[in-house]
Amino acid sequence: MKRFIAFVRKEFYHIVRDRRTAAILFGMPILQLLLFGYAIRNEISEVRTGILDYSHDVVTEALSDKLFSSGTFRYAGSLASEKEIPAAFASGKMNEVVVFEPGFAGRLQKDGVAHMQIVTDGSDPNVSRTVTGYTESVVRDYLSEQRDGSVQFAGVEVVPVMMFNPSLKSVYLFVPGLMAMLLMLVSALMTSISITREKESGTMELLLVSSLRPAQIIVGKVVPYLLLSFINVVTVVALAFFVFGVPCRGSVALLFAESLLFIMTALSLGILISTITDSQQVAMMISLAGLLLPTVLLSGFIFPISSMPVPLQVISNIIPARWYLVIVRAVMLKGAGIAELWRETLVLLAMTLFFMAASVRKFSERLQ
Amino acid sequence: MKQAVVAEGLSKSFGAVEALKAASFSVSGAELFGLIGADGAGKTTLFRILATLLLPDSGKATLLDLDTVAGYRQIRTRIGYMPGRFSLYQDLSVEENLNFFATVFGATVEENYELIRDIYAQLEPFRKRRAGQLSGGMKQKLALSCALVHRPELLLLDEPTTGVDAVSRQEFWQMLRRLKSQGITILVSTPYMDEASLCDRVAFMQDGRILAIDTPQGITKLFTKPLFAVRASDKHRLIIELRSFEHTRSAYAFGSSVHYTDRRSDAAPEELAAWLRSRGFGDATVERIAPGIEDTFMALMENGAAQSRKEEAGDG
Repeated sequence: MKRFIAFVRKEFYHIVRDRRTAAILFGMPILQLLLFGYAIRNEISEVRTGILDYSHDVVTEALSDKLFSSGTFRYAGSLASEKEIPAAFASGKMNEVVVFEPGFAGRLQKDGVAHMQIVTDGSDPNVSRTVTGYTESVVRDYLSEQRDGSVQFAGVEVVPVMMFNPSLKSVYLFVPGLMAMLLMLVSALMTSISITREKESGTMELLLVSSLRPAQIIVGKVVPYLLLSFINVVTVVALAFFVFGVPCRGSVALLFAESLLFIMTALSLGILISTITDSQQVAMMISLAGLLLPTVLLSGFIFPISSMPVPLQVISNIIPARWYLVIVRAVMLKGAGIAELWRETLVLLAMTLFFMAASVRKFSERLQ
Repeated sequence: MKQAVVAEGLSKSFGAVEALKAASFSVSGAELFGLIGADGAGKTTLFRILATLLLPDSGKATLLDLDTVAGYRQIRTRIGYMPGRFSLYQDLSVEENLNFFATVFGATVEENYELIRDIYAQLEPFRKRRAGQLSGGMKQKLALSCALVHRPELLLLDEPTTGVDAVSRQEFWQMLRRLKSQGITILVSTPYMDEASLCDRVAFMQDGRILAIDTPQGITKLFTKPLFAVRASDKHRLIIELRSFEHTRSAYAFGSSVHYTDRRSDAAPEELAAWLRSRGFGDATVERIAPGIEDTFMALMENGAAQSRKEEAGDG
């Protein structure tokens, strides 16, 4: 036990004395969260909207008023013809134009159906989709407010409602993804580098010759990073809550417990990487390309899994972050408990055990 | 006396490279045994096999009566190993390194302080300094302290004096002799031939083979051809001219003179001196000398190289 403590203490010395690494370890979570929270926003705050009204009647004007009173849309001028739209988009003067057909109110009155068109700047599809959705919902709001019996809607109307995140705040989406990414980075990358560094500097030779058992070496490497990663989780959750008002609707204890499990998964992956490589550079490449990229791209952090092609959906199943993300989103935003999340938890647990067993098997008590 | 190390026919290949070819030798208890050879002779591979870090392809070795393959766990606690490259934590201080290695080997600095005192005393003024900022000689002293701190019965030192200045090298060897007098068996490798005479016995290695094992005095007896020290003012031209002489076996710079060996076993210095004067070396002196250990190694190396060439030709 004394040997083990000495080993862990030595690991802490390494972390603290390498100022650059220490700065990255503790500064990165804060920096990333602030970046994602402030700079990279998906929600639309101001849509410069133009009106092309061929009808000019009571209904179209009431609709326009309704649109501009919502706060999201800013009046950017009226157009006389559809030909003016491309120029208005190109100059950046407008990014949305609402077109009402001639005789809008009359048609609505007579046929129950009138056409309006929402033209958006498709060069930014994400913004376009959001803007279209907003506009639709404003129009629908207006129509439902008109308790005019003569206006009939046939069939079923689909009303999208963003539950849990009604204003579609992107920081709600980013916090869980960011946690997954940071933990992967800190835990897997740092452990794999710290073990391969011992191999590169030749100190692994001495550690092997010492009476430390392989398990002691592995666990001794894991403990400091487990602690560090956990501090990172707490920092991110606290920052998200106090700075951005991201709630944790479920149990905080459960969130931290699941995070610890995910840290273990990432750490065991890091150790597995370090047992199969001999240089820090290779370990870093594998960690970055093999772990970080899939964590960002295939976990559902940025791109929804359901909209991926089927092969990628299948691959996403083996990415630990995918499961962790489901858990964090469910606990933080939906207030879910372990009863709903036992399946994801079990998957992470199984992955951790698999990686651990594989790295203990692969860890060589000799050189090569 | 009991044998501390017994190696029998150790061989190891890395891909197509045969690093070690059937090396056999033994080291007695409390002996200071030197492995001499140039870089790439197979010394480090041999050390790693003995330190239980590599498995030999064939052959076997026992350390302290324990097999390096089956008994590696026990061996590891009883030996001190100092790898060829400086392998301590550069970002830890002198003191922290020593304490760390003491603890992971299950010892404390205090209980074995008297063993490392001579060495560590010189390091104590710098005990708060990071190991990475020590000079080469200091680093090696620290590494030796760390290898010794758990009071091993056998020390394996792989090129401890490489890259160390002459004074520190001398001090280092004095320390080894003191450790030996305390009953610790020491197996040390070095590329410096002049250090061979400081060992009890030496083995000369080349191309993965052990060419000769003997005491430093005994090994010079392997040198049978007459040896001459030749002096002249223009040493560089002297070597070139000597190598063109029809009876020359070898001619190489040695300190201020040139050591010359003749192909014939009955060569006379007068004949060589006369020939040199005829080639314009008016001040040339030729003197017959007894071969030193370095001369012996040079001769062994040439023989070894010739043998390897012959083998390769035979294989082809």
